[in-house]
Amino acid sequence: MSDLTRLSAAALADALTSGEASSVEATQAHLDRIAAVDPAVHAFLHVSGAQALATAADVDARRASGEELHPLAGVPIAVKDVVVTQGLPTTAGSKILEGWVPPYDATLVERIKAAGLPVLGKTNMDEFAMGSSTEHSAYGNTHNPWDLDRIPGGSGGGSAAAVAAYEAPLAIGTDTGGSIRQPAAVTGTVGVKPTYGGVSRYGLIAMASSLDQAGPVTRTVLDSALLHELIGGHDPRDSTSLAEPLPDLVGAARLGATGDLSGVRVGVITELQGEGYQAGVQARFDESLELLRSAGAEIVEVSCPHFTYALAAYYLIMPAEASSNLAKFDGMRFGLRVVPEDNPTAERVMSATRGQGFGDEVKRRVILGTYALSAGYYDAYYGSAQKVRTLIQRDFAAAFEKADVLVSPTAPTTAFKLGEKLDDPLAMYLNDVATIPANLAGVPGLSLPSGLSDDGLPVGFQVLAPAKADDRLYRVGAALEALLENEWGGPLLTRAPELETR
Amino acid sequence: MSSLSRDEVARVAGLARIDLTDAELDRLAGELDVIVESIARVSEIATPEVPATSHPLPLSNVFRADEPVAGVDRDAVLAAAPAAEDGKFLVPQILGEEA
Repeated sequence: MSDLTRLSAAALADALTSGEASSVEATQAHLDRIAAVDPAVHAFLHVSGAQALATAADVDARRASGEELHPLAGVPIAVKDVVVTQGLPTTAGSKILEGWVPPYDATLVERIKAAGLPVLGKTNMDEFAMGSSTEHSAYGNTHNPWDLDRIPGGSGGGSAAAVAAYEAPLAIGTDTGGSIRQPAAVTGTVGVKPTYGGVSRYGLIAMASSLDQAGPVTRTVLDSALLHELIGGHDPRDSTSLAEPLPDLVGAARLGATGDLSGVRVGVITELQGEGYQAGVQARFDESLELLRSAGAEIVEVSCPHFTYALAAYYLIMPAEASSNLAKFDGMRFGLRVVPEDNPTAERVMSATRGQGFGDEVKRRVILGTYALSAGYYDAYYGSAQKVRTLIQRDFAAAFEKADVLVSPTAPTTAFKLGEKLDDPLAMYLNDVATIPANLAGVPGLSLPSGLSDDGLPVGFQVLAPAKADDRLYRVGAALEALLENEWGGPLLTRAPELETR
Repeated sequence: MSSLSRDEVARVAGLARIDLTDAELDRLAGELDVIVESIARVSEIATPEVPATSHPLPLSNVFRADEPVAGVDRDAVLAAAPAAEDGKFLVPQILGEEA
């Protein structure tokens, strides 16, 4: 069998089912790859090799005995460190949770384990998922496999880099304002933010509860559909979980891969292109539109005039919710406790713990959110932002009258250099200008690679669908992927430079 | 809208229970002022007739069946705590000496 780490999850699952390879072989191959390239990439905060191999051996034994298994059984997966995992350290990229081992599993982790996917480890991220470059991790930068001097996107840079560097065929991300889709765009991989409530949030360390959503990070559209179906669906432990079955996502991906989009109306969002978007990003976007048109899609232009206020509304709503959610990190029940001298009160211990345990970006956002919610400012800031949220939802509703899906570049630029935007928070926030509207409205979004920009770095193409119509993402995404790969002669990632192994 | 002064940042950091060094206060005050100025534009379109949205999708409250379910194991929870004693979280004094 050729290199098992280069296979898609679907192809690897087929190889395991047919007996061409075992899960132990596949898991070991990925652990070897991690050992070889992760010193340079640093996608992982924790590697759980022994546990992954034990799961793999169990799956192999059950498969050998003829047991009916989940289609992805034995395919290894990496999990973003914001998702709690029983018995595995979970830090959310923060010093305040250093060494914390959760006493329970997130629902999506339970489903992964029940289906027999070996968990390779926990991936790096911006602290508490706050950032667009993974530079706000308290445990060092993750490096973009396309160019190790560049950011892998964020907050889920670890998960995206892990699949891009063939360290894992599948990974879990979370997306509050673009943290799955923007890393996918800058690493040449696929990422999906499901409809809000489509995947359980139970066991996700919350940043902004009305925006957070977990989803798949993969190298192909079909792989995302397979993983989405595994982790999605109703969970009684999450009161915001949608109490209805998912659409047929895998079926939609397979239908799309035939490359026929006859009768599908694709809406181009006026406000999410042109000015502010790198020339090479815009050019790849325009070429993909032409491919969609050639596949039979009808391209229409739609205006969403309030999207220009989305970033401002997001940077009020998200910090407000985060300041409340992060109040639990007080040094009393878990994680770090810093005790100042002179027999301090609990209140002083809390302030000292949070002062030392939180990094710069977390402090910025918690203070910003506390300010936006404080007496005298609430109506002007938080109240106004909630009204903008209504206007953005109305823009989406009007746009989806004219189009079945909406499209835009995923991010305005390709991967920038590590350190380039670290001292300019506003410039960093602009990375998510095209991804944030979906979170504010709860609609699903997908990013897939649409080529290389003039600088030789990957560009992402975003597809958005109405709430609960996630299947449309997969149909259009798989169609575009098939059309593009037909032109390229293979996946975009095969053009990435080979990483040095040690 | 008012700009964000250094004193205001110090006051809000106190509300948020985050100790900041003087250097952090200086830097954060400048950064947050720029950010607040930028995001304050939401008020341009937030007119009185627009209703507020707190949640992306319409939701109604959900109740589960009223049946006992085992919680997370107490010893496992306390094992991850900074300090524990007699099956409870051990925390610093809540009230100061003067109370």
